[in-house]
Amino acid sequence: MTFRVGDRVRVADRAHEGHHRTPAYVKGHSGRIERVHGSFTNPETRAYGSEGLPEQVLYQVAFDLDPARTYVDVFEHWLEEGR
Amino acid sequence: MHDRGAWPTDAPIDRTEHELADWELLTDALVHSLASEGLMNVDELRRGIESMPPEEYEQASYYERWVYSIETILTEKGVLAPGELDARMGT
Repeated sequence: MTFRVGDRVRVADRAHEGHHRTPAYVKGHSGRIERVHGSFTNPETRAYGSEGLPEQVLYQVAFDLDPARTYVDVFEHWLEEGR
Repeated sequence: MHDRGAWPTDAPIDRTEHELADWELLTDALVHSLASEGLMNVDELRRGIESMPPEEYEQASYYERWVYSIETILTEKGVLAPGELDARMGT
């Protein structure tokens, strides 16, 4: 699933043992794709000595959180289609 | 432990800066050298920091966390023997 600017997305609400870059405070929250940063090596596997391939698309996502609109970079494999 | 974003707190944010000590500059240089030699990458650095016991993490300074992680990762990879740094430093 590849997303485009303006798409609504939801961050998967799943536990993950080990290193990952998806903050707990956006898991399960819906937001909007603000920007497509491009493809980057995956820190979840790279943190354990691998090359981090295949690359994953990284998006800037805007969330309307309490108390403020928050922008977080989230990798594609953490995102689902949202409403 | 590392993922502390959005934790509620009333504690003030410490924004004081300090002059970097020589060992802190060396630590930064060491991580970059290890990366260019392919011995350790920034994601491993972060994972090593996240592996710190929470109370040690809280007490450690920014670059002390880096040193902890360098030792953890390099020991894991067999570049350092367990306890080697302590033995060499006589601690």
